[in-house]
Amino acid sequence: MTVNHGTGPQERRTQNWYDERMENVIAQLLRGGVLAAGLVVIGGAVPYLGFHPRAHVDYRTFHGEPAQLKTVHGIVSAAFSGDTQAIMQLGLLLLIATPIVRVAFSVFAFAVEGDRLYVFFTLIVLGVLLYSLFGSFLIV
Amino acid sequence: MWHTGRLNVLEFTFLVWTGSLIAGFLGALTGLGGGVVLVPLLTIFFHVDLRYAIGASLVSVIATSSGSAAAYVKEGFSNIRIGMFLEIATTLGALVGAYLTARISPSVIAVIFGLMLMYSAYISRRMRPRAETEQPPDRVATKLRMNDSFPDTSGIRHYNVYHVPAGFGVMFGAGTLSGLLGIGSGALKVVAMDQAMKIPFKVSTTTSNFMIGVTAAASAGVYLSRGYIDPTLAMPVMLGVLIGSLMGTRVLVKTQTKRLRLVFSIVIVLLGMEMLLKGFAGRF
Repeated sequence: MTVNHGTGPQERRTQNWYDERMENVIAQLLRGGVLAAGLVVIGGAVPYLGFHPRAHVDYRTFHGEPAQLKTVHGIVSAAFSGDTQAIMQLGLLLLIATPIVRVAFSVFAFAVEGDRLYVFFTLIVLGVLLYSLFGSFLIV
Repeated sequence: MWHTGRLNVLEFTFLVWTGSLIAGFLGALTGLGGGVVLVPLLTIFFHVDLRYAIGASLVSVIATSSGSAAAYVKEGFSNIRIGMFLEIATTLGALVGAYLTARISPSVIAVIFGLMLMYSAYISRRMRPRAETEQPPDRVATKLRMNDSFPDTSGIRHYNVYHVPAGFGVMFGAGTLSGLLGIGSGALKVVAMDQAMKIPFKVSTTTSNFMIGVTAAASAGVYLSRGYIDPTLAMPVMLGVLIGSLMGTRVLVKTQTKRLRLVFSIVIVLLGMEMLLKGFAGRF
């Protein structure tokens, strides 16, 4: 079935039906993403707090984070080598990735609807998000 | 006030978690959002550097937006097309804002933050559904297939969308503020949709909530590569705000929030003044 670009009652109803299904999948996706992110963050937090609970922290002055906590590649490899801070950062990375996956899914969903205009719009948004996560260090 | 230097990791984490939990709870309960009070909370009371505070706040904004979206979607109010189209503006704005944070001195950011806090308290006091007027459908909005319907108390209600370019412009501004200050800037997004584009209030608020996570994700990448996101600080903030706001949305239905909104608005104004004063004194 192709949904055309009219706005008659029939088309509108079909559009609504697709949109509602899309929104439901998105809602599940977001909930799952947040849950997974939260669990990974807790998974890193427990050993982090357990290993040096009496240490002192200071966030008064800005030092920036070490390289292994700043890039996707660095975070993933440090987390898998057991660095507790990197595991927490991996959880936060999952959290940041959740809306990106949501947008990527919307590209697919609009394509299924045959809505080329919104596939185009969604691809722009996806491009900005991916640039921010993977390419922004180029201009920092 | 506590001095972070004297607290150990366990105490600091617990206090920040508790503070964030309360902020998230009140933010959801009053509809003012927990993000706006997080940065003042962290900088003024916990003496956290503004950049770390903004980073942690932004991460928690993504968590609340995504976490509560599931509840909103069920009601069938949000409009996915309006949201996606306007996200072009908010994400581009967010990138610009995130780049600006490194160029502008923290004290100037604090001043902007203070003004933003006062503005959002002001807007929440006077925001009420506007009177509907029947107008012929707008050409641009029709082309973009934004006109839609939503379930109302009196059955399915259709609505038309107007002034798309103006809304797009305000959304770019909302995105820039979000990226600059690490907040969701939900109030400004609702203003763009409700006031400028004449979208029904319920549709505006839920679509705004949907957009906040995507907008924040656009600046989060820049923040991450700049080293603004410290996992040991963002961890208690994110977990606290998320749990607090989920609790807040549960309670929301049962309580009268009028007085609470007033109290929370006053707190926001006071925090805004403190940010302004400290910013002007150059103490950031």
